[in-house]
Amino acid sequence: MIRRMAWMFLLSGALAGCRDWQSAANHAGAEAERIWSLTLLFTIVLGLIWLAVMIAVVLVIRRRRAAPVSAHDALIDDAGHRRNSQIVGSLLAATAITVAILTVLSFITQRPLFAGRASTAGIRLIGHQWWWEVRYDGATPAEMFTTANELHIPVGTRIRLSLESNDVIHSFWVPSLAGKQDLIPGHNNSIELLAQRPGVYRGQCAEFCGLQHAHMGLLVIAEAPDAFEKWQAAQRAAAQTPQDGDPAKGAGVFVSKPCALCHTIRGTSAGGTFGPDLTHLGSRAYIGADVLPLTPGSLAAWIADPHSVKPGVNMPPVQLQGDELNAVTAYLIGLK
Amino acid sequence: MLRPQRPVPTLIAIAASLLTLAACKREVRDIHPDPVGAETPITTAMVPFSPGGAPSVTARTKKGEDYEKNAYQLAQGKTLFTKMNCNGCHSHGGGGMGPALTDDKWIYGDSIENIVATIREGRPNGMPSFRGKITDDQIWQIAAYVRSMGGKVLSAAAPSRNDSMSNLPSESRRGSDFEQHGGPTPKKD
Repeated sequence: MIRRMAWMFLLSGALAGCRDWQSAANHAGAEAERIWSLTLLFTIVLGLIWLAVMIAVVLVIRRRRAAPVSAHDALIDDAGHRRNSQIVGSLLAATAITVAILTVLSFITQRPLFAGRASTAGIRLIGHQWWWEVRYDGATPAEMFTTANELHIPVGTRIRLSLESNDVIHSFWVPSLAGKQDLIPGHNNSIELLAQRPGVYRGQCAEFCGLQHAHMGLLVIAEAPDAFEKWQAAQRAAAQTPQDGDPAKGAGVFVSKPCALCHTIRGTSAGGTFGPDLTHLGSRAYIGADVLPLTPGSLAAWIADPHSVKPGVNMPPVQLQGDELNAVTAYLIGLK
Repeated sequence: MLRPQRPVPTLIAIAASLLTLAACKREVRDIHPDPVGAETPITTAMVPFSPGGAPSVTARTKKGEDYEKNAYQLAQGKTLFTKMNCNGCHSHGGGGMGPALTDDKWIYGDSIENIVATIREGRPNGMPSFRGKITDDQIWQIAAYVRSMGGKVLSAAAPSRNDSMSNLPSESRRGSDFEQHGGPTPKKD
């Protein structure tokens, strides 16, 4: 009974890992597909070898038990010796050939991952403790914009991400789309992505970067080129200025309270760069780098006491009156 | 069963090695800081002279000493120094519209308490007040970093300078045969 429960527990734990939005098995990118086929090949070949070894071991044990050979007989069996050395020699050769073939295959598969086929690096991903800054470049300043924790890419286009860090080493890892690549302060790294089908893929910082490393999630949203263009046009626009009610009051609270010293909202006087750009916060799915889904309640909880939600985060608690908190929340939720 | 020949020295050795565990103290970090607006009280004199010839009073605080010795606080201060646009006037400590921070001239005092007061209250001719804008901890972090710019804190804790500020390649990329032309160290013949 206990054994069966232990098995159920193990199995459910393993299956819980199979939510498909952050999984190398559910590959949706050209790079991830190559890595996945290599993984499959290795698993199958090495699994078969393991199986063959196990079967050989079991056969040998059985044969010895059935007909024990005396030490003297074994010593004078010249033909047996020759046969044994032939078997060992051919197995050694087979091992060497297998390892050589797998090495060459691994090299051939991984070579295109770092070939640098995308023409331009249009997107910069900057790691911070503990969130992602995403900057989209453009031909003119009006086409450039900054967002956070959400990376939108068009399906079917090869994208080069330029990877930078503001403080310590982070690592970009979206298993459904590509392998890992580090974000290193003072060093320019890059990684290429080609999303093959639309979807939302989750990424995670894969290099321990401090207290809230585990809560440094990233969403990659791959969408059809026209939907991507539409999103880009909406993000380029400055924030709307609410005219009345709570949102209008909240806009005033935001720029007069400490919020504006760390956050930027384009179109207002708030221009801080210590925290994420909030110009279109209302359009994002999560807050705090994937800690809470974006709802008025969770946003208010985050503003009132971020350290209860994400202990150690750089955002300080800000003392606001109840009506000020409601107004700021209404304002930020409305920034679509 | 295996038995130690001399139990007393063995016991002493075990006790001594257990004692070393006491040194494994983890650095405690305050992960629930005070809200913006709360302040650590400080007493500072802005100039080294006072009426009546009595020495001026600048009370040293435990907080100042702690922050100056702590690499994390100094590194946070360095990030904030850039993000709060201190560079706009002080230009990476070299000075511009505002005074230089890497030299030994201090108009309003060079102790960390004096620098905290300067950041908190602002000073005439351009230095803005950050009171109620950033947290008390952040002000102390910036002040500690400002002290590190002039080499006034432990070099083991101080953050390194940015490579981008140097007109030379970074130290890690220089190689053993690197020569610094026109630099402060004359080339050995």
